[in-house]
Amino acid sequence: MSAVVSTSPTSAIRTDPPPRTGRWQTIRRFTRNRLAMLGASVIAAMILCAIAARWLAPFDPVFGVDSSAYLSAPSATHPLGTDRFGRDVLSRIIHGARISLYAAGVSVAIALVVGGTLGLLAGYFRGHTDAILSRAMDVLIAFPDILLALAIMAVLGARLINVILAIGVVYTPIFARVARAAAMQVRAAPYIEAARAVGVRHPRILLRHVLPNIAAPLIVQTTLSFAFAILAEAALSFLGLGVEPDAASWGIMLRDGKDRMEIAWWVAVFPGLAITLAVLAFNTVGDALRDALDPRLRT
Amino acid sequence: MIGFLARRILIAIPVLIGVSLVAFFLVRLVPGDTATAMLGLNYSPAEAQVLREKYGLDRSLPVQYAMWIANVARGDLGVSSVGGRSVTTTILRRLPMTLQLAAGALVFALLSGVPLGVISAMRRRRTADYAASFTGLIGISVPGFWLGTILILVFSLHWRWFPSGDFVPLSRGLVENLRHMVLPWLALGLAVAAVIMRMSRSTMLEVIGQDYVRTARAKGMTEPRVIFRHALRNALVPVVTIAGLQLGYLLGGSVVIEAVFSLPGIGKLALDAIAQRDYPLLQGVILFVAVCFVMINLLIDVLYAVLDPRIADGGGTGGR
Repeated sequence: MSAVVSTSPTSAIRTDPPPRTGRWQTIRRFTRNRLAMLGASVIAAMILCAIAARWLAPFDPVFGVDSSAYLSAPSATHPLGTDRFGRDVLSRIIHGARISLYAAGVSVAIALVVGGTLGLLAGYFRGHTDAILSRAMDVLIAFPDILLALAIMAVLGARLINVILAIGVVYTPIFARVARAAAMQVRAAPYIEAARAVGVRHPRILLRHVLPNIAAPLIVQTTLSFAFAILAEAALSFLGLGVEPDAASWGIMLRDGKDRMEIAWWVAVFPGLAITLAVLAFNTVGDALRDALDPRLRT
Repeated sequence: MIGFLARRILIAIPVLIGVSLVAFFLVRLVPGDTATAMLGLNYSPAEAQVLREKYGLDRSLPVQYAMWIANVARGDLGVSSVGGRSVTTTILRRLPMTLQLAAGALVFALLSGVPLGVISAMRRRRTADYAASFTGLIGISVPGFWLGTILILVFSLHWRWFPSGDFVPLSRGLVENLRHMVLPWLALGLAVAAVIMRMSRSTMLEVIGQDYVRTARAKGMTEPRVIFRHALRNALVPVVTIAGLQLGYLLGGSVVIEAVFSLPGIGKLALDAIAQRDYPLLQGVILFVAVCFVMINLLIDVLYAVLDPRIADGGGTGGR
């Protein structure tokens, strides 16, 4: 999954402090990108679904069993059909946005905070700190991500909290690398040297001077990681090593639907469509953010 | 160059040690040990004690690690706790299938990704470019396991062109083997094709803007000649690197694709090991794949340095 990162957020670093007007230009560049705005609306719709699932979904996702409609095709009552227990697929997809966003959000936050901090320290202090932290990150990165996540899940057991931990661990080194590369560029900048020369302490330099200037690549990486985390949660759940089996997760729905595809294609097709749409939305927004934050990279 | 090689290999050694530590301790985090797993319902403290002594499980963790790593260095990954077979033999028996899956997916990705990326760059900001770029975005967004499911639904359940899964080894005929591999290749390769397409497009755009390409055009060279003789050759260097790095993704991605198509490869082996709580086997698979991945990265860094000697002065290309 993460191997599919084709974009390099580190290149969006600024070594010179951006002018005040830059922020507005960035926002304008971003909002002019129609594809990104479309992606942003999909994300907004997902967030809305996640928050208001209880009111938006026509049926209960777990207990809303329609005994007269097992595996019934899309109809007026069930626009996306029902699954083998007679549960409404649309309602389960709407509720699935909750698990998907929650799992992705918390795991990316863990990776951002832990990886970002480690990378910041490694890139700023260099020397032994850098050598040790970088080797540790190299070790984690040496495992193909889905395999590492699977192994962690095998040890911890299939539960939502463990999914979050596993994905968080897997993506930590990626944030560490991005933050490290950015911090290394920034630490050589004249304004950091000036701050050091006038006796500003390291913690203050890191928080007030380095962090704001490496925020751009971290923001881009966060958005793109959301896409991969959504994919990872779905993949783990699909393999039966993700969230609890009765949960309304897109990956679980796909797993249930796969075996009955010949008689009920809708159970497998629609959840997959939801995953694709969500991942696509975060990818377009991530791409557009990178272009907007550093127009030199635009192709 | 020799200095670069030495440095690069020196970096790989602590990473390999770290990888072995993770593989060793990850499995030790599971409640119970190999002895309880092997005995299962026949568990008795006395028999467990015998097994623990036999496999050195009664020793301290550092001693256990030392014993384990000494065996690993000799190519002995231990004994499966279900069935008692050699882990190394089991992995090597499943390896050809996964290699065929990954290699086929990579070939598909290169054959579709590079031409699409080049065309996209040539037709920059025109319909073909937008169409290709959007396809690329979709390619990296579609989950392989869903794509595989859809491919089975359309091409094997509906049209019945290809079988919906299972593996036929090459020894049972090339045609049958290929028929079983086409859909898995597509499902696994699409995401990589998209990455390669995006990479080829951006490196191609970079190269087209260079002076020597303009000079070639100014000399009156025909456009295909400019593209193939000058631009493409230089644009392909980073693409080769990315393609190599994707091998790691392909090894990981094969877990999911092998599950979708019921292919008996390394990925399926890992899943079966998890389902049967066969931790020595799981440990062996994880270690094997990670070591392969480290070696591939090392090889690519070296290859990259050979292709582009300037790299040897800078640094490696990194992991994922």
